[in-house]
Amino acid sequence: MKQWLERHVQTMVGSLGRLWQKPFSTLLTVLVIGIALALPACLHVLVQNVRAASGGWSGALDVSVYMKQSASLADAKSVADRIRKRRDVSDVSLVTADKALEEFKKNSGFGAALDALEENPLPHALIVRPAGTFRDSAHVATLTEELKQLPGVDVVQLDTEWVSRFNAILDVVRRVVLLAAGLFALGILVIVGNTIRLDIENRRDEIEVTKLVGGSDAFVRRPFLYNGVWYGLGGGAVAWLIVMIVILVLSDPVQRIAGLYGSGFSLHGLGVQGSLALILGGILLGWLGSFIAATRELRGIEPK
Amino acid sequence: MIRFDNVWKRYPNGREALCDFTLGIERSEMVFLTGHSGAGKSTILKLISLIERPTRGTLIVNGHNTATLPRKKIPPFRRDIGIVFQDHKLLMDRPVYDNVGLPLVIAGLPEKEVTKRVRAALDQVGLLGRERNRPIELSTGEQQRVGIARAIVGKPSLLIADEPTGNLDPDLAVEIMNIFKRFNEVGVTVLVATHDIHLIERYGVRRVVIEGGRVASGADAPPPATLAPASLASASPAPVSLPSIVAERGDQP
Repeated sequence: MKQWLERHVQTMVGSLGRLWQKPFSTLLTVLVIGIALALPACLHVLVQNVRAASGGWSGALDVSVYMKQSASLADAKSVADRIRKRRDVSDVSLVTADKALEEFKKNSGFGAALDALEENPLPHALIVRPAGTFRDSAHVATLTEELKQLPGVDVVQLDTEWVSRFNAILDVVRRVVLLAAGLFALGILVIVGNTIRLDIENRRDEIEVTKLVGGSDAFVRRPFLYNGVWYGLGGGAVAWLIVMIVILVLSDPVQRIAGLYGSGFSLHGLGVQGSLALILGGILLGWLGSFIAATRELRGIEPK
Repeated sequence: MIRFDNVWKRYPNGREALCDFTLGIERSEMVFLTGHSGAGKSTILKLISLIERPTRGTLIVNGHNTATLPRKKIPPFRRDIGIVFQDHKLLMDRPVYDNVGLPLVIAGLPEKEVTKRVRAALDQVGLLGRERNRPIELSTGEQQRVGIARAIVGKPSLLIADEPTGNLDPDLAVEIMNIFKRFNEVGVTVLVATHDIHLIERYGVRRVVIEGGRVASGADAPPPATLAPASLASASPAPVSLPSIVAERGDQP
């Protein structure tokens, strides 16, 4: 067992040493693998982030109830009290017309123009939050219908349609990411396989001699498998670095956009799990690519 | 040890290298294989080392039928045969130590044991201390001796050599033949293909002459040893402790 381990460590280091001796071609291979891994990884991070950002919306299915212009503040308050008594409602907040106008002036940048208005064009509004167990679309739809029947209510608005559309689009994008990852994985197998094939071609004499003195197929294949593992590990590390750089570059502008929308959202990276998956995925693909190529190629090399 | 029975070997290009070839070599025997180039000497060695398989007939080597031995069993089969090539087939970019130690590394021996045995084998061929040299820095004779060290380091029960003295001056050739002879004396079966008739006349060992893919003479039992051990000892340059590396052959897997 100890000898076996010793030999493996020796082969592993030896393989690394050989790759080190031709740094340029090794670097090229590692870069190509890294970029091929980084593309789907970046897309994945993007989808994760969009999901995280939109997760806040789908949870907060607030219903906006706009009172008629003619309704007084007292009317609005009494309607709010009636709604508050419903068991499918967890909270009702009243946004008075004055307050709404004030916020609009502050946020819209039309402050001066709005000052010119003689009277407040905005109605009183109620923000109704459905209770936890009544947030599915059927219950919310019933709630909306019933709220419309209340006296003094003008419009009831529910903006959930676009959230579910958005989620459907996101599902498609996720599939696209999966497909892209699959294609890129195939590409990596081909790249590693071809590189290993060339490595084997360059060491043909050595392989013949090794087989002549009794080296088995598994023995001559081992250093090439380690080559594949090194390529994969290097590629995974490069991909990780690329994803990190992309996040670093984008995080400031994204934060600014989030700030403009009054959200505390910030970009998430790969996380420990994602990073490990990326590196391990690289190693696995490198190993598999070299395994396929070496097994195929080495059978054909026999001493003459 | 080696038994050819009516073996035919035809190469894909149609050349018939062996025709109805029959030859037996006993365990611990030493045999010289001679004949003109193209007579079939190399084919015989290739068949024994399973680089080629017989087209017809049977060849038993060390108890294995080479016609039916599965591909997977070839590596362990070869580990029990030491092969010396005319062009020595060394890895030119690796130090002598790596070259000689290769069969042991393949066999999975621990590093300490490899070092010990490589040194012993290099001592046998008079190259102790050259472990770190690359073959390219050595003379042709020295390279050939590295090849021999690699062939014997695994303590094989059979040693075969194809024109091992082909490129060497007579003194070196004698030296190399003496190495083979010393191995035979401790029980290793040795088969040497050579066309250097003058050289092999010094040794009173069985000589098989090949002509046109058949045995022309020497097919029968070996003659008794005629060479006096004293004259052999005088010819060998460095009387080294051969048993130290061959004696433990019992532990061969």
